[in-house]
Amino acid sequence: MKKNFAKLITHTILIIVSIMSIFPFVWLISTSLKGSGENIFAYPPIMIPQDFTFENYTGVWHKVNLLGYFINSMIVAAGTVLLNLILSSLAAYPLARMEFRGKKITFFAILATIMIPFQAIMLPVYLITIKLHLIDSVNNLAGYIGLIIPFAVSAFGIFLMRQAFLSIPREMEEAAIVDGCNVFQIFWKVLLPMVKPSLAVLAIFTFIGSWGEFLWPSIILTKESMYTLPVGVNNLQGMFSSNWRYIAAGSIISIIPIIIFFLSMQRYFISGENEGAIKG
Amino acid sequence: MFKYYGKYTPYMFLLPAGLVLVIFFFIPFFHTVVLSFQDYTNSIYSPDFAGLNNYIDLFKNPIFYKVLANTFIYLIVAVPILATIPLFLAILINQKIRGITLYKILIYLPVIVSIVVAAIAFKWLYAEQGILNYIVTALGFNAIGWLTNPKWSLYSVIIVTIWKGIGYYMMIYLAALMSVPKELYEACDIDGASFIKKHLTVTIPHIMPTIALVVTISSISAMKVFAEIYVMTKGGPLDSSKTIVYYIYERAFENLDLGYASALAVVLLIIVMAFSLINILCFERKKYQL
Repeated sequence: MKKNFAKLITHTILIIVSIMSIFPFVWLISTSLKGSGENIFAYPPIMIPQDFTFENYTGVWHKVNLLGYFINSMIVAAGTVLLNLILSSLAAYPLARMEFRGKKITFFAILATIMIPFQAIMLPVYLITIKLHLIDSVNNLAGYIGLIIPFAVSAFGIFLMRQAFLSIPREMEEAAIVDGCNVFQIFWKVLLPMVKPSLAVLAIFTFIGSWGEFLWPSIILTKESMYTLPVGVNNLQGMFSSNWRYIAAGSIISIIPIIIFFLSMQRYFISGENEGAIKG
Repeated sequence: MFKYYGKYTPYMFLLPAGLVLVIFFFIPFFHTVVLSFQDYTNSIYSPDFAGLNNYIDLFKNPIFYKVLANTFIYLIVAVPILATIPLFLAILINQKIRGITLYKILIYLPVIVSIVVAAIAFKWLYAEQGILNYIVTALGFNAIGWLTNPKWSLYSVIIVTIWKGIGYYMMIYLAALMSVPKELYEACDIDGASFIKKHLTVTIPHIMPTIALVVTISSISAMKVFAEIYVMTKGGPLDSSKTIVYYIYERAFENLDLGYASALAVVLLIIVMAFSLINILCFERKKYQL
């Protein structure tokens, strides 16, 4: 009896918190499905649309280049993920497995970058990026590179990969040397395949971070055609000032891809196995 | 094991990452400090040496203190909530009950979705004639200017940050809870200890390091908030929701006052680096194998 009561309370609390977690989105969806014949400011508020319509979705889709923003976000996220995987594992390998002069200093220098918030150094990063002509006013490719390159590698990624390499038994390399592999073949053909789980974790967390990034693109971008999703969605507010049906529809469209990604990869996020992978 | 790599091989592996870190972290870091001693108000191309003038301007400006106070309020409101409620939820979810995966997915959803969409969604909830004001008036209170009243705006934005962080910290706690030995709970059950007593005597002491970790990382991220403020209030009304990163952004990219903005950035750097140092030395030694 007492046990059932405790369970009931647990479920009640978790259901309330779950509803609070998704309610802002649900309310946005509700608004986005209401036609022009319905007052979206009605008191009391009405959850189920009375004048149900998809017009807001088709309207915002035709007026705003959401597909373009999506493609831009994909290019930037894919480029950021790819560079992070390559640069982090390349840098992590010698830190885990080789002896060389300056190893300690390199190690602490990388660790130090964890303490430097991007927000504090963004101004010089901006000046450097412009000086290197990595900006969309030069051409689109330069624009993409400028969006990606400041986040091409992170100390988080390097340390994650270093941990992964440290856990591989040294016998693996010895066997490869006996087989006549050189150091690059050992890295590429022997070690990298063994750290795939860590690469997957790094890829997923880098993807989420890059996909949601707002500050940097909103500073560096000059052309509307180069907007990523967060910048484009924020821009909806200015375009449709008080047309909340369109703003809501555009916002909901913009989160569909990441929700699909999350649901298909959910075990990486909510299994609790990735304690070491949680980004600080 | 004999050395199977050349003398310069390690450096070749480090070079690509090293280049990015030098150009986009270390040079900007020192450049920020240099900029903070320069005056760009006469010309954006040929700055004058300003000595400590930017810092003097900063410490004389009442907005700076307002911004620091706002950032401080952000910390003392958001951090305690983010350190406790997710822990409580993690304890609830760490039981053998139905629907755990669904609860986790729903509570984690805000973490995944872009902060821009989250801020827009809340802006809609906070609208003058929005659904929250309906609830408030239905309960017999006056409607609240969530984002338009200087008394409320900062707290309205903090609510979004908290809402978006709960799932994230809950997962950190959940991972820590799995490491608490089950026998200790069994011993509690035999002694007939209550739910509260069980967790106060077993869980909390066991995961103290994780609680401290959550406190420091949520503090660091509270000091870095930008998007919520940019999307919802632009720091207003009357600077009431302006925090340090938004102020840096405004001075650097809207007023083009690079020197002043950099002096601000140095203040942010010092505060965040102090917190990070505590974090790394005390709680994350294992992660970096120090």
